[in-house]
Amino acid sequence: MSIAGKDTAVLPEADVYEQRALGFWLYLMSDAIIFALLFATYLVMVGNTAGGPGGGDLFSLSHTFGETLLLLTSSLTFGLASVALDSGNRRQLLGWLAVTFALGLGFVAMELREFHGLIALGAGPERSGFLSAFFTLVGTHGLHVSAGLVFILVMMAQVAVKGLSRPVASRLERLGLFWHFLDIVWIGIFSAVYLPGILQ
Amino acid sequence: MEMRILGRLTAADALPLYSWVAIGGAVVTILGFLAIIGTITWLGKWRYVWTEWLTSLDHKRIGILYVMLALVMLLRGFVDAIMMRAQQAFALNSGGYLPPEHFDQIFSSHGTIMVFFMAMPFLTGLINIIVPQQIGARDVAFPFMNSVSLWLTAAGAGLVLISLVVGRFSTAGWTGYPPYSGAGYNPGVGVDYWIWAIQVSGIGSTLSGINFIVTILKRRAPGMKLMRMPLFCWTTLASSILMVFAFPALTVTTALLALDRIFDMHFFTNTDGGNLMNYINLFWIWGHPEVYILILPAFGIYSGVVSTFAAKRLFGYKSLVYATMAIALLSFTVWLHHFFTMGASAGVNAFFGVATMVIAVPTGVKVFDWLMTLFRGRITFHPSMLWTLGFIVTFTIGGMTGVLLALPPADYLMHNSTFLVAHFHNMLIPGALFGYLAGYMYWFPKAFGFTLDERWGKRAFWCWISGFYLAFMPLYMLGFMGMARRMERYDVAAWQPPLVIAALGAAVILAGIACLVIQLIASIRTRERRRDLTGDPWDGRTLEWLTASPPAPYNFAVLPQVRDIDALHEMKRRGAVYERPERYEDILLPRNTGAGVLIGGFAFVFGFSAVWHIWWAAAAALLALLAAAAARSFCDRTEFRLSASEIQQIEERRLRQLAGEEAL
Repeated sequence: MSIAGKDTAVLPEADVYEQRALGFWLYLMSDAIIFALLFATYLVMVGNTAGGPGGGDLFSLSHTFGETLLLLTSSLTFGLASVALDSGNRRQLLGWLAVTFALGLGFVAMELREFHGLIALGAGPERSGFLSAFFTLVGTHGLHVSAGLVFILVMMAQVAVKGLSRPVASRLERLGLFWHFLDIVWIGIFSAVYLPGILQ
Repeated sequence: MEMRILGRLTAADALPLYSWVAIGGAVVTILGFLAIIGTITWLGKWRYVWTEWLTSLDHKRIGILYVMLALVMLLRGFVDAIMMRAQQAFALNSGGYLPPEHFDQIFSSHGTIMVFFMAMPFLTGLINIIVPQQIGARDVAFPFMNSVSLWLTAAGAGLVLISLVVGRFSTAGWTGYPPYSGAGYNPGVGVDYWIWAIQVSGIGSTLSGINFIVTILKRRAPGMKLMRMPLFCWTTLASSILMVFAFPALTVTTALLALDRIFDMHFFTNTDGGNLMNYINLFWIWGHPEVYILILPAFGIYSGVVSTFAAKRLFGYKSLVYATMAIALLSFTVWLHHFFTMGASAGVNAFFGVATMVIAVPTGVKVFDWLMTLFRGRITFHPSMLWTLGFIVTFTIGGMTGVLLALPPADYLMHNSTFLVAHFHNMLIPGALFGYLAGYMYWFPKAFGFTLDERWGKRAFWCWISGFYLAFMPLYMLGFMGMARRMERYDVAAWQPPLVIAALGAAVILAGIACLVIQLIASIRTRERRRDLTGDPWDGRTLEWLTASPPAPYNFAVLPQVRDIDALHEMKRRGAVYERPERYEDILLPRNTGAGVLIGGFAFVFGFSAVWHIWWAAAAALLALLAAAAARSFCDRTEFRLSASEIQQIEERRLRQLAGEEAL
């Protein structure tokens, strides 16, 4: 059936944003299961070093502390971006998003440096079950942060091009959920991976 | 390391020259594909197919495409099945007609196809067509994501199909247990095809689950309280919750296996600290809920069919709802029963054995509810009712053999035997497929506007059910006689007679499939006299029968007011059905977009390139996919406005049709 008026595009009705938020929460819960299983796998395999190095030999508290500081601060700056969004201040919003992006990028860079150093030491993911699990858990988080960085860039472009329209604002709210979620996962990684490894 | 532009893809490896049967399969696959393309081109219908179907975001059309995919894959999966039965019927002290490597591919692809590319699309399609109508909604919550899910599923199915032509499929069974599925024992592309096909389609299923949950929780018509929803909506909700929470486990499992294979990691290897038992745990954390993802929607279909064709209110509605949710919860507590023999302690095995038996209780509740609904009902023996009755009897037998397998000591004797094969087919054929076929015959007029031929439907049912018993009861017996599953040849003469009977059973099922095909063709030919002009051919009780057949794009011109579980039945009693509203209002509907097809296409290219280690193409496809998703996110005006006057035209035509019907 062909319908006249099919070419005139309009915004969806207002209740759609609440539905998108619920959908995004469900996605986050599903993603949380992925991390839960990777955590469980790591904890099962943490002793399987196959004669290679363990966490105590490889992890550096100061490096991990730096990463943690960057990521937690980026959560704070994202919170400030949300405040700017609420008050409708576009320039401030873009500014805080840029700061969040820079901090996140710094985090990813530090993680890559750590990975690079481990591989150079001969402690790459193919060395042992423990290192496979370590690289996969931490790397999956890093990939999420990287996806979040792309998401931030897309949203900065949307804010710049479209302004603070309702759909853009609702996407920013979901980006916020995603970003803070990654923070919580990182706290899990810090507590379950690095801290026990260093205290070993 | 030598870099090659096409990864490890070479003509010598790629072409199925290892067996004449495989070459035949490849040729049939290519011809089938060309036949579809050729037919559309010959009819000059590409524009119609593209604008009205492939790019449509209408939940009914997406649902129909899902079901079409499922039916095609049912044929392909069944060909695998009958080839296995034929091989085992002949293979006493001989190699039969299939080389071992090919036989192993066939049982692997049979399971993979039937679970991921027949059952999943079938149920997702039926849910798509019906659930929004049953809750009085105009579409699902996320119409675009719905299209993405469809095309991801199609991309996965495409990977399985193309593995028959370019390269090989996995030989590691549909469960892909390491270490055999690891790079050391299985260096070719087969396992990679399996991994990427289910990885791609699994993401689609997770997204579908999210979509259905939000649709059901947020898009119900006024008065449609949760406890007034038809059972099919409840089972869809339960099944969707399981999809959202169980599919990530499959994503993780297959991703870790892929890391082992590609990057030489040690999650599941025998050496260097790998732990292959972890794979089996992770796999079944998804795998057991998956059984209920497949079965619960069928339970919902049976509930609707029983109540409609017994012309009675469903008995024990609340107990059915609670039983559904109890099953959904318990389905996460039994996964270890898939590997009792792995060597967990007696206490652990006992816990999971008891949990498994407990799950039979809510299922039993349901069986009694359906029986009580039938009791003293005015039963119409529509084919959908036959599938339901066949299900109740057969599924109960399967349930009993399941309780038997739930005893760890008994499981030690019967695990990995054909007894197990018989058991899970005994659950999934009646418990899932019969339900989908019942739904297909029940809701076909709703989707297409004309009914299916009942005689051929009944013939299909009788062939399927007798074929089922002939094919699988011998396998129970063979299990007791000590026959392991997945045997390409054997040397025990006593096994051959039951295997021949099982092969005959497969032939009878083939006749059932032929009946389904004939039914469809005969019904299309005689569609003019099978038109469903009322939208309600079975004197239905739930809201999907209030809409026209096929429904207008918006389903309901005015959202219905719901006062009862059997919402439509209650309206009919009140005489408040098909009323002309005082005025119509504009309705917003999703605009078509090709972005879903594009994303599915990129996912296919990504999967294919990853299988063959063509990394530059995989990276490019992934980037293109992300770019398409990002570009789509810039599009805010995703809907169009259907004006009240147009709606009035459509509705007046329908009301005239209904009035004419009454005058007759």
